[in-house]
Amino acid sequence: MAAAVVGFVLTLLGYFTGGVDGHRFWANILLNGFMVIGLTLGAGFFVAVHLIAESGWQTSIQRIAEAIGSNIWLGAIMIVPILLGAHSLYHWTHTEHLDHILQMKQGYLNMPFFILRMFIYLAGWIFLFHNIRKVSLMSDVNPDLKLFNRLRTFSGIFIVFFAITSSTSAWDWLMSIDAHWFSTLYGWYTFIGMFVNSIAVIIIFLVLLQKMGYMNHVNDEHLHDLGKYLFGFSIFWAYLWVSQYLLIWYANIPEETTYYVTRIKGFETLFYVNVIVCFVAPFFALMARGTKRKTTWLFYTAIIVFLGHWVDLYLAIMPGAVGAEHSHIGLFEIGLSVLYVAIFAFFVFKALTKGSLVPENHPYFKESFDYENIK
Amino acid sequence: MKSNKFITGVYWDDKDLLTGIKEIQDKGISIFDVRTPFPVHGLDDVLKIKRSRLPRLGFIAGALGGVLAFYFQMWVFTQSWPINFGGKPYLSVPSFIPVTFELAVLFAAISLVFGFLIRSGIGPGAPVIIFDERTTDDAFLVAIQVNDESEVSNITEVLSSAGAEEVKQVEPSKTEQDV
Repeated sequence: MAAAVVGFVLTLLGYFTGGVDGHRFWANILLNGFMVIGLTLGAGFFVAVHLIAESGWQTSIQRIAEAIGSNIWLGAIMIVPILLGAHSLYHWTHTEHLDHILQMKQGYLNMPFFILRMFIYLAGWIFLFHNIRKVSLMSDVNPDLKLFNRLRTFSGIFIVFFAITSSTSAWDWLMSIDAHWFSTLYGWYTFIGMFVNSIAVIIIFLVLLQKMGYMNHVNDEHLHDLGKYLFGFSIFWAYLWVSQYLLIWYANIPEETTYYVTRIKGFETLFYVNVIVCFVAPFFALMARGTKRKTTWLFYTAIIVFLGHWVDLYLAIMPGAVGAEHSHIGLFEIGLSVLYVAIFAFFVFKALTKGSLVPENHPYFKESFDYENIK
Repeated sequence: MKSNKFITGVYWDDKDLLTGIKEIQDKGISIFDVRTPFPVHGLDDVLKIKRSRLPRLGFIAGALGGVLAFYFQMWVFTQSWPINFGGKPYLSVPSFIPVTFELAVLFAAISLVFGFLIRSGIGPGAPVIIFDERTTDDAFLVAIQVNDESEVSNITEVLSSAGAEEVKQVEPSKTEQDV
């Protein structure tokens, strides 16, 4: 709560002193809204994919991922306001003066369809994950295996739905800021960014809960596996980053390179910091076996990755929506992010209290203590 | 030269093997080798085998491969045979990334395979000691080296009391493996 107050004060300070115009204001609302909904969706995907794969190890930390994922509604509340600022964010909404390219795209990029799509995404995600969470909590009192099978059904539908909507929502909310530009990798790139970020946040919450004296059943092996997850998907993020960059760099077509030109010219430091913090740092920090098993080391690496993906989103949004001359990281940016993260953390902790932290009736719960990572 | 005499005990179950090994070690007898038809969980801990150093070899070889690949491309495209590809600079780092990555992986993989084979003394043409051919089928075998004839009776006794179902003295010869 204190963090929320600090964030709120900083936001106000930044707003009144920083000369925040409409573009910068709405761009920040979008950045933090997308970050929060990305975190919840990534955690939801984590739960769903592990239920489908019937994996054992993650059942010990499943309740954290579930609690984060069950806040998709919060992310929805945070992302919906961008409709009010759409005119500042998306220049394809200026329907009165569109060039030929954007006129051709109007079949997809128009306001009514944009709102309809947003409604479908949010409704689908909330409905499906609400059911996963509900059934999972029911299994606390009812050890019936039928519940597990229902969980798997909902998870399957969630994954299929999310596979499509994660890409299209990334096009809608982020890629359409630079409406002339397009990249077929963008959806996956954004998705993997939010997934890595939510793994980092799962680790952060796990460590915080352990400091408070909960989740003591989680042992080094589970930490090790979470570390591997963060390590592996950071590499995968870098793979997609390079794939997108390399192809555009090679082809050297003006309509594609413009995306990177604006980012390298106006945001040179952040552009390289992004890659270093999201890839190089976790790559070397988590390469050795021992580092993945040290709670503090893993915790700080997760925080670094989390900050890195904030920069990633900043670079995705600001150059197009605000422009290089007007955007900088000031009090307003920091304050609003602190505020959003604080609200997010508050609701995650609240969700954590709603069920046992130990999903004892999960059929693979015992199995999650019966394995060891090879030396 | 160390003696070529061994006493072997055969087990038919991996759980019996693990408890048996602990009993043998409690009596202060060091085990030369254990042969099993499949990897037995917990065997490394019981035998106090240290963590493998192979990952370090892999890291060093991978880093070496990456650096070499990058340096080679730099040399080729700026010194040895500069070609202008689509107006790009000669030293265009992004285009080097895939090759650098592939060679780092290749170096690491090859070094790991051969490092493992050499360090473990296995592989085509390497001499092996065969205690009992049934260990490739379904038998678990504990081999204890005999350095002194007076130990034989003691070791045999310990082995049988530790649950080994067949205890034998063998003098295997190092054989060239049939390739």
